[in-house]
Amino acid sequence: MSAASPLELGDGPPRLEAGRCGDCGGVTFPLRARCPACGGDLERVLLPPRGTLWTWTTQGFEPPAPPYLPDPGDEFAPFAVGYVEFDGLLRVEGRLTEPDPGRLRIGMPVEVVALERGDRVTFAFAPVDE
Amino acid sequence: MSEPPEIAIVGAGIHPFGRHEGVSGLAMGVAAVRAALADAGVAWPEIQFAYGGSEDAGNADTMVADLGPTGLPFVNVKNGCATGGSSLVSAVRALESGAHDVGLVVGFDKHPRGAFQNDPADWSLPAWYGEDGLMVTTQFFGAKLQRYMHDHGIPERALAQVAEKAYRNGSITPHAWRRTPMSTEEILGARVLAHPLTQYMLCSPGEGAAALVVCRRDYLDRLPDARPVWLRSVAFRTRRPGSFEVFSPSLPLEIAPSPSVDAAREAFERAGAEPGDVDVAQVQDTESGAELIHLAECGLCDHGEQAELYATGATEIGGRLPVNTDGGCLANGEPVGASGLRQVYEIVAQLRGEAGERQVPGAPRLGFTHVYGAPGVSACAVLSR
Repeated sequence: MSAASPLELGDGPPRLEAGRCGDCGGVTFPLRARCPACGGDLERVLLPPRGTLWTWTTQGFEPPAPPYLPDPGDEFAPFAVGYVEFDGLLRVEGRLTEPDPGRLRIGMPVEVVALERGDRVTFAFAPVDE
Repeated sequence: MSEPPEIAIVGAGIHPFGRHEGVSGLAMGVAAVRAALADAGVAWPEIQFAYGGSEDAGNADTMVADLGPTGLPFVNVKNGCATGGSSLVSAVRALESGAHDVGLVVGFDKHPRGAFQNDPADWSLPAWYGEDGLMVTTQFFGAKLQRYMHDHGIPERALAQVAEKAYRNGSITPHAWRRTPMSTEEILGARVLAHPLTQYMLCSPGEGAAALVVCRRDYLDRLPDARPVWLRSVAFRTRRPGSFEVFSPSLPLEIAPSPSVDAAREAFERAGAEPGDVDVAQVQDTESGAELIHLAECGLCDHGEQAELYATGATEIGGRLPVNTDGGCLANGEPVGASGLRQVYEIVAQLRGEAGERQVPGAPRLGFTHVYGAPGVSACAVLSR
């Protein structure tokens, strides 16, 4: 893995690492040194394993590399990305495992999953059955 | 608008937008400056100060090698999509302060083909954000638009209508890049690059330059042949916590208003004008949806009203609120440093009644410009005859 991932892989379902501000109480992702809203200190928290899709779009062409790391060996396959709302906390941007616009819908439930890209593991959101 | 305006645009020049093999961005900038000076009837040695810049095409102040090293203070500005707007705001404040009487603003650029390439470290973002393929501006456009359409009932057809208008207006704009009209069916049926946006609903990075000569009211005594356009106000704002911006790995549940909202409101307040007074507008149309969203964010229409505006032709050159009469970014491409000043150039041409085939009928009196860019900046201006 060439860059630290915000994914926490423990015994349970994969979770995303975020920060909660000790001053204003705001939650931010990814975890960083200071609260982007007020500059306060952040405490590490894990987000719930599930959320709902707040908005989405598709990546129809290969992103410029760098910074993009292409999947090794494969031709580029379009993918989808979205913002997932974690109830009462915040919305997090990430790749979606479902690339078909016809199967994506605002408000659909999704879960955090580990996504293997070559020798890297990152996070993505996968639709879950309602 | 009770108080008499103090700041005038007396010269406007443009170098055609598009692709110009073998011509540097700086050379295009110099050409635009010469055109603006000629338009103003002001000789270069009379220019007391300058602000200008580009994103990818070099330092504006090196233009003095071609224009003449007169010793003037020439400030390089590099502020992304707001480079032109920031230069203009700075120049206006310099004039308002009384420090100078007449100055120059110039923006130019020349980008490689394809999507903009950004380093996460330059944006205070972790490396994985770029490696995973999330650092692409078109994703922001598509994601913000998808939610906006969901919340405000905007149909996909409206996106095609924006682009169709842009290429049609571009076809009658001599300095535009894309000058071939295209049907809404062609636009809707093209390859989807960032759902719901197809390739013809997104503008491309490009090349071009624009320049303005600006002065104080009393300086006009020296320019008996000037056709001044009054700069009623300029405003420049950056984002507040929680606004939905390019390259946001997360968003709070409470979305703050875009900096476009703040900049437009400030520009109208400073001008003593209302959005309803605007006769011709230029808003940032990096993609079709941006034009729709920015119209509402700037107060020029209500959220959700856009579908009707475009279906009824209200934003056409002959409509109630003509928008992006030169084809905007969609038809001109986006040379980042030049884009904001192209908008002002167009409003100057419209208010002077010199816009030729694309002239808004009825002698428009009040014009408005708006730019928006990463990572959450916006500049707006209100202009009048």
